[in-house]
Amino acid sequence: MYEFKLPDLGEGIHEGELVKWYVQEGDIVQEDDPLVDVETDKAAVTIPSPVSGRVLRFGGEVGDTVIVGDVIAVIEEEIKEVPVAPVEAEEAPPAPVAPEAVAPSRDAPTPRRGPVPAAPATRRLARELGVELRLVTPSGPSGRIMPEDVKRFAEQGDVPEPPKPDVVSEPTRPGVEEQITQERRAEAEFAAHACTAVPFLDLAPLPDFERWGPVDKQPLRSIRRKVAHKMVTSMTLVPHVAHMDEADVTLLEEFRRREKERRMGQPGGHLTLLAFVIKAVTAGLRATPPFNASLDPFTEEIVYKKYYNIGIAVDTEKGLVVPVVRETDRKSIMEISAAIEDLAGRAREGKLQVDELQGGTFTITNVGPLGGTALIPAINYPEVAILGMGRVQEKPVVRNGHIVIRQVLPLTLSFDHRVADGADAARFVSEMVRELSDPNLLLLET
Amino acid sequence: MVVGSLRQETEVVIIGGGPGGYIAALRVADLGKEVTLIDDREQLGGVCLLEGCIPSKTLINAVEVIETARNAEKFGLTFSDLKTDLQALREWTDSVVSGLAKGVHRLLQRRGVELIRGRARFESDRAVIVEGADLGAVEFRHCIIATGSRIQELPLTKDLPVWTSREALRLPEIPETLLIIGGGYIGLELGQVYTGLGSRVTMVELLPKLLMGADPDLVEVLLKHCTQRFESILLESKVVDIEQTSAGFAVTIEQNGDSVKSEFSQVLVAVGRRPNTDDLGLPNTKITPDRHGFIRVSPEGRTAVGHIYAIGDVTPGPMLAHKASREGKVVAEVIAQHHSAFDNRAIPAVVYTDPEISWSGLTQREAETQGIEVNIGRFPLKALGRARTLGRSDGLVKIISDPKSGLILGVGMVGPLAGELIAEGTLAVEMGATLEDLLVTIHPHPTLSEAIMEAAEVAAGSPVHVEPRGKNHNHNR
Repeated sequence: MYEFKLPDLGEGIHEGELVKWYVQEGDIVQEDDPLVDVETDKAAVTIPSPVSGRVLRFGGEVGDTVIVGDVIAVIEEEIKEVPVAPVEAEEAPPAPVAPEAVAPSRDAPTPRRGPVPAAPATRRLARELGVELRLVTPSGPSGRIMPEDVKRFAEQGDVPEPPKPDVVSEPTRPGVEEQITQERRAEAEFAAHACTAVPFLDLAPLPDFERWGPVDKQPLRSIRRKVAHKMVTSMTLVPHVAHMDEADVTLLEEFRRREKERRMGQPGGHLTLLAFVIKAVTAGLRATPPFNASLDPFTEEIVYKKYYNIGIAVDTEKGLVVPVVRETDRKSIMEISAAIEDLAGRAREGKLQVDELQGGTFTITNVGPLGGTALIPAINYPEVAILGMGRVQEKPVVRNGHIVIRQVLPLTLSFDHRVADGADAARFVSEMVRELSDPNLLLLET
Repeated sequence: MVVGSLRQETEVVIIGGGPGGYIAALRVADLGKEVTLIDDREQLGGVCLLEGCIPSKTLINAVEVIETARNAEKFGLTFSDLKTDLQALREWTDSVVSGLAKGVHRLLQRRGVELIRGRARFESDRAVIVEGADLGAVEFRHCIIATGSRIQELPLTKDLPVWTSREALRLPEIPETLLIIGGGYIGLELGQVYTGLGSRVTMVELLPKLLMGADPDLVEVLLKHCTQRFESILLESKVVDIEQTSAGFAVTIEQNGDSVKSEFSQVLVAVGRRPNTDDLGLPNTKITPDRHGFIRVSPEGRTAVGHIYAIGDVTPGPMLAHKASREGKVVAEVIAQHHSAFDNRAIPAVVYTDPEISWSGLTQREAETQGIEVNIGRFPLKALGRARTLGRSDGLVKIISDPKSGLILGVGMVGPLAGELIAEGTLAVEMGATLEDLLVTIHPHPTLSEAIMEAAEVAAGSPVHVEPRGKNHNHNR
């Protein structure tokens, strides 16, 4: 009997919703065949069966939320796996086995799917950490999985679940008090350690806020936790500098509105300003390679990427996700617009695949539609720069000595001062402002 | 059956002291378990040490010296008066075997492994009865079945004084003519031993090819040698009748529907081995071997009874000592509750013929039958400096890789020391190495190991030393 527990899905994901079973209870499933689709805050993942055998029962119905470690399916392997009993313990009599039951042989002619490239020691580490190698993103050459990949995968999801609110506020449960004290002590120890590492850092356990009024406690989960990790890393590691400007998008907006009306219903027909900005950004990145790079602090190398994949920040019910529009240098504005529609739509439905969130080289965050005259975005590490778009507003502008009303788009480029300088940013943004002011210039980029 | 009433208990019982069982015993003892090893032979080490790998390689080495001396004429060296003292050769072989067997015994004793001589059979899935020992039964928490395999007999020769590899390795005599039934690795190795010692050898094989597990291009090189040295090799042929005569045996061989009767001084039956699972009392457990007698196991080595494990020749897969040893270590670790599993991707196979053949990982034949697309790079030894210096330029190294990623899936070779060289190929497959990893690794010059690097270059499409028409390679050290 194999109790298949929801494996660590990496990316700091701790729970997911069962969205589709590929088999019925009672069906025979082969090792590596798709078993179930699990939708997480970040993406939908198809989980393969770890063993061959008969699916006795599911651990949940479609629509149920399962947590990493929950049993999602019980599979009767062709052999009974009797766990090794601890030496001291009385061993229970082994479960009855049908006489014809035989183990699936490793020599059985199962379809060969190609080995996952990983050294024996890495494979052992994966076994020890309970990591399914096929789910790990490799960092080695030719897709080889390195020991660090396995560790990272295990660590990101292996953070112990914080106690649930109802457990914490349940005073009658024995041992809970003690548990909290222990946790507090661990927090204090950690804080003390962190404070010695960073001068002037004053990190102490938080006060008991309930002293001043009622509170509600929610564990920091999946996407929120991921954002927390990313932002602390970005703001701690990267010297941020912001450069701001305004683009006169009056002509562009006129053109966009006209074309949007004309192309309504076509793919990409829901033309947004973002599509044009992506095109202008791509042109800027080609002219200024440092903004399409990453600084590797370990090798002390600047890695210039020869591809242009623009991440777009999308606000969803579950939080911020950044799907990536790929190869924007090879896409027309209409194609970019279609990609935005598709990605943003599926992001809101929670149907993105993990790889659609990876591989970005630059990020744009457009909070304009929600309002704001200016913003200072935080870099999506390890990228070098991020562009923030404010709200397009009619503003009085002086042109040739006259005050005229123009549509103005506020722009902020936050960038990593280790990799680029203020002058680079000024040139980058100025050129973009120029292109956005005159749709004819953008034409040259398509 | 005499069964004593004395029962004892232990944590781990291991049945069989061969290269699977004794290795498992050492490892599981080191991991803190109380171990009892039961074996019914006088010496420990199993078939491999006592009547297989070790004595055969000792003999093969001796014959190699003979062959090398004979072939040294082209170096300008002639040895006259080569004498073979069979008795001395037997004693030398025995001393190698008993030296190693004593070593195994010592290792086990120092680890505190209890050794019981006798034949163990399962009484239930919690105890074995030991026949021939002073005690009745041993109860265990965990048991490892490591009983190995035995020689497959031919019904046709059952009651005749023909040889099996066991007799042949004891060198009872050098027959003038020797018929070997079976063209597998045992038949080929012993055929060359006896040819070297002076017998005229005829080989009969039922199948259309020798060494069915190996790729045909490797076997072809060996076949060329054997055709020169053997009297004849009869493929797709069958021994249909055999009778004892005053001079030896009269054997009727059927080939292509024609029957030919010939006389041979001696007959060696080498048609394979079968697992020792039929006299183990398995019906008293819930373990059922398959129709070939093999016990199927999970990657952790567990049988259908979770606390009984099986390793080595009794499990499916190639019957090789090193497979058994690795499985023994895995099972020992699983018993000690480590996260261990037999997840090896390459089990190297070595045929100790002249020239040697070895392969590891995916073979070309397997790739073809399983429909796996592969890239094959072959490097002939005649383009290799070191092979030329040895006067042994027949042979080749081939590397089988994934055409997309360059991942090395298998390595095969034929030539001098192929058995030693295969280790690098096996490591490459286990590590998930790519062609590039092999071809950028500096291999010492001049050595045979360079052939592996060169084959990787061929596969990657950038060979230095192979050009059309075998242009002479000349380069300096």
